[in-house]
Amino acid sequence: MRIAGKGQIDRNKPVNFTFDGVSYQGFAGDTLASALLANGVVLMGRSFKYHRPRGVVTAGSEEPNALVTVGDDPNLRATTLEIYNGLDARSQNAWPSLKRDVMAVNDLISPFLGAGFYYKTFMWPKSFWESVYEPIIRRAAGLGALSGKSNADDYEKAFAFCDVLVIGAGPAGLMAALTAAEAGADVILADENPTTGGRLLSEDEVIDGQPAADWATEVTAKLAAMPNVRIMTRTTVTGAYDQGTYGALERVGLHKPTRAGTPRECFWRIAAKHSILCAGALERPIAFPNNDRPGVMMASAVRSYLHRYGVAPGQSVTVFGNNDDAHRTARDLEAAGVNVAGVIDTRTGVTFDGNAPCFSGGRITATTGRHALESITVEHAGGSRVIRTDCLAMSGGWNPTVHLTCHMNGRPEWSENIASFVPVAGAIPGMVTAGACQGSFDTAACLADGAKAAADILGASAPAIPDADNTAYHITPFWAVEGKGRKWLDFQNDVHVKDIKLAAQENFRSVEHMKRYTTQGMATDQGKSSNVAALAILADATGRGIPETGTTTFRPPYVPVSIAAMGAGAQGHGFAPERLTTSHAASIARRAPMIEAGLWYRPSYFPQPDEATWLESCNREVAMVRNAVGICDVSTLGKIDVQGPDAAAFLDFVYANTFSTLKVGKVRYGLMLREDGHVMDDGTTARLSDSHYVMTTTTAAAGNVMKHMEFVRQALRPDLDVQMISVTEQWAQFAVAGPKARDLLNTVLDTAVDNETLSYMGCGTCQIGGTPGRIFRISFSGEHAYEIAVPARYGASLFNVLNAQAEAMGGGPYGMEALNVLRIEKGFITHAEIHGRTTAFDIGMDRMISRKKDCIGQTAAARPGLIEPARPQLVGLQAVDPDDKLTGGAHLFEADATPVSLNDQGYVTSVCWSPTLGNHIGLGFLANGRARHGEVIKMVDHVRGVTTRCTVCDPVMFDPEGGRLRG
Amino acid sequence: MAKLIAKTPCGDTLPKTIGNVTLSEVLIDHMWSVAPYKRREKAVATALGATLPKPNRFTTKGDMRLIWAGQGVTLVIADRLPDMTDLAAVSDQSDAWAVVAVEGEDAAEVLARLVPIDLRRATFKTGHTARTMLGHMTATITRTGANRLEVMVMRSMAGTLVHDLTRAATLFAGRG
Repeated sequence: MRIAGKGQIDRNKPVNFTFDGVSYQGFAGDTLASALLANGVVLMGRSFKYHRPRGVVTAGSEEPNALVTVGDDPNLRATTLEIYNGLDARSQNAWPSLKRDVMAVNDLISPFLGAGFYYKTFMWPKSFWESVYEPIIRRAAGLGALSGKSNADDYEKAFAFCDVLVIGAGPAGLMAALTAAEAGADVILADENPTTGGRLLSEDEVIDGQPAADWATEVTAKLAAMPNVRIMTRTTVTGAYDQGTYGALERVGLHKPTRAGTPRECFWRIAAKHSILCAGALERPIAFPNNDRPGVMMASAVRSYLHRYGVAPGQSVTVFGNNDDAHRTARDLEAAGVNVAGVIDTRTGVTFDGNAPCFSGGRITATTGRHALESITVEHAGGSRVIRTDCLAMSGGWNPTVHLTCHMNGRPEWSENIASFVPVAGAIPGMVTAGACQGSFDTAACLADGAKAAADILGASAPAIPDADNTAYHITPFWAVEGKGRKWLDFQNDVHVKDIKLAAQENFRSVEHMKRYTTQGMATDQGKSSNVAALAILADATGRGIPETGTTTFRPPYVPVSIAAMGAGAQGHGFAPERLTTSHAASIARRAPMIEAGLWYRPSYFPQPDEATWLESCNREVAMVRNAVGICDVSTLGKIDVQGPDAAAFLDFVYANTFSTLKVGKVRYGLMLREDGHVMDDGTTARLSDSHYVMTTTTAAAGNVMKHMEFVRQALRPDLDVQMISVTEQWAQFAVAGPKARDLLNTVLDTAVDNETLSYMGCGTCQIGGTPGRIFRISFSGEHAYEIAVPARYGASLFNVLNAQAEAMGGGPYGMEALNVLRIEKGFITHAEIHGRTTAFDIGMDRMISRKKDCIGQTAAARPGLIEPARPQLVGLQAVDPDDKLTGGAHLFEADATPVSLNDQGYVTSVCWSPTLGNHIGLGFLANGRARHGEVIKMVDHVRGVTTRCTVCDPVMFDPEGGRLRG
Repeated sequence: MAKLIAKTPCGDTLPKTIGNVTLSEVLIDHMWSVAPYKRREKAVATALGATLPKPNRFTTKGDMRLIWAGQGVTLVIADRLPDMTDLAAVSDQSDAWAVVAVEGEDAAEVLARLVPIDLRRATFKTGHTARTMLGHMTATITRTGANRLEVMVMRSMAGTLVHDLTRAATLFAGRG
């Protein structure tokens, strides 16, 4: 019911929306909760476990009951969800409808479903938990459901920086922000409401002679005009983290229809030199029998609905409380012309200065009304009576919103004055607290607190404090009414007083144990409404005081944060950077499927129209390289320029073998060890001049090698005068491999090469149509081959030129599959073999570790355990029957051994069909393998169920003399 | 004889204007990394005729721009370099980077969607440069004007750079 003349909504802007398919009208400025209440709708949800009908309890983000689904977004709070034209909200956890929810049967058997029920009941038989019990429970209990679809909406992530972050824009926050801003600081003022003002918007108060809400508007306008202030409304600071970093969730587009290109939410990371927490306080309920009927809500929420939204949540309201704030609600309602049917105060000797009857020393012992509150039973000094009422406003006092101060293990301390917990100073480095969140409950104190906090941290003088209400807060703690019926504490998790007592009785006496036993304060609620009352009951049940009982830990986030916001931008192409070679577009144009190598995309094979499988393409490409010429983009290999007077000495130190003896214009294969003696990486390094080498690394290890060498340079050998830098991206480099490689090159090079000018393992500069490049005569295929490099801007062009020439000679491009086959045939290793657990000895290269100089890994590689013949050693493997496959990862056994781990002799690392040898071949590691060439062994793949007899052989299975390389 | 054709890292994906931010490719003809050998910093500066920038700064001298690029390394954008054999490790980096200018009133705000460092004008001034992240990529961000920042990433990631900047600018503009 709307009250004329009240509220900050815009009555000139009606807004049409639906709730559970029924159309309603509200006004711009309404939340879903306020608009529904204005339309007389009080039933807004079903509870988590018992499916009890529930109405809205609060007017803020702490709302436990009124959770709705909009589109695919579940668990949106009706109290913070702003309505817009076309909003279609649905209730949750009810079927077939909110009014007739069949799962409400849970409530009938509730005596059996109390705290700990699941733990006790579903323990046996064990196997039934996952298959039977859990699915049933999950279906019966729960809040909103996920759609299971990929989220198509847009979300944002962003970073912000400031000198002072003010969290909360109520009276304390506004004064803090104003003081800090006037002192010249860069200020961010964040508040989760659409407008600033905090409680000032919800109260009938006066500041400096004007309505408090108007004062807030005025101050906000002043702040907004300052260049050093950023006001972030609809933004909840969700967590406090190390080094002054705060997480914050901004509702950017949730109050508007979904539109592509407009973020729904933005997850902020705000780095602040200082922060001032002005988060206010949350009113707490009182536990009394059946205090969860729709229509029972917080007294402060009733005032919010009245003053902010011009809504009376009932026609005949009763008020129940243990402090003066409850009276304020009754006064405000009467002033607005709403009937107040009674003020029930748990304190004795209290009077109410309005028209409503006052029941001092009163208790509510019963309520009626299934889908909406109908009546309450009051027991008081004068007896017992039933009062007809459709809205009960309750106030058990206020709990400072200390949550953020606890995010880094801070523990709040008990304050007798306000019967609640207050933050301790220094709980979050760089954060101070001000206003209601530290227990200052009157407006004047909040204003002064905020100004002082900002002035103190900036060393500025506090400004004049406006005149405001300074009525002191009086509370007599009162937690729960005795009596028949469930007295609810945690509405969101369906926990009531008896559950807490049961936990204590069953010796879950620690507050953290009680929390887990009962689920009180779990999940998104984080104890916002129930925490203090629950532990007061636990304290009572265990015969301790509240301070000794302590609180549970409040964890981030303060409000639920959608994973979509945290992972914003990481879908699709945003998942990881894509490193594309200069030949990428041409490869795609040739329909090459891409394979990822680290972040790089490399072509697997280049299918011809008549080829049905990858293997056909691969076999053709292998034959093409062996018989004619193939082109392969090898730009992805790491390239590191190593330069300086001590470049040679440095390479001698990082490589196992020697590079100081390498002649200018020559290339050498290098093996790099880790400090622990295992192989780190391999590659070729060319010497371009006395003081200039260019090293290549494997694609995947390029970053690691660079990091390793930088560490060696800075930490181990600062004596050497050497510089290194990655030039991977500067050069587009292509392998030209095959018997016709030189013929092809000589069609594109400005100056032809021959065996004299460029012999095997030689290198030099070249020119292609005037473009300078580098040329290396190296081979990863076993064929007469070159790698030719040009500045990357010419890469795409050179790839096309090379392919055009190759195709004219019966060749063409080849991909990773063919490259792999070619190198397996030649026994060349990759990281499949040097996988981090193999040594130079294992791969048969221990003699490469030079003894004439020191190098990284030299000593460790010589440890007895690393050079024993029994170690698995690199071998070649060939299927005895070419119809039998070899499989990667399979294990090796003696021919007639039982294939169990006790008999394990090694494993297979690389396999392929070799079109050159006409057999399935592979590389692997076999115990004492080098001495076993010729032996027939058994390969067993337990995962794929494959057993193959194979012959052990030298890893170099093709052209062992290497004649083709030198041709 | 083949004549090779040059392509730019971003190709035809840029320029574009989204909201009040324009993304455009910055073309670099010649750029070298210059890392002076031990005790050769002054000699290098003399040879270049310019002082080497301090960490997180860039300087200009005539048409030459010098960008700090890590410990002991300066990127020099210039038409040519003097011979610095024995003075410094010089590597051609002309083709190694994709450079995109983000320009407009909200340039820093758009980058704040992707870059985790403080880009406020008072903190990150014209002449400042930083080696940091842009999304998941390592990047160098340089402020070249009040409303202009240049982003450098590895050339191979040009596509991802354009994708990420486009998305950030689109969603920022979409806040409306």
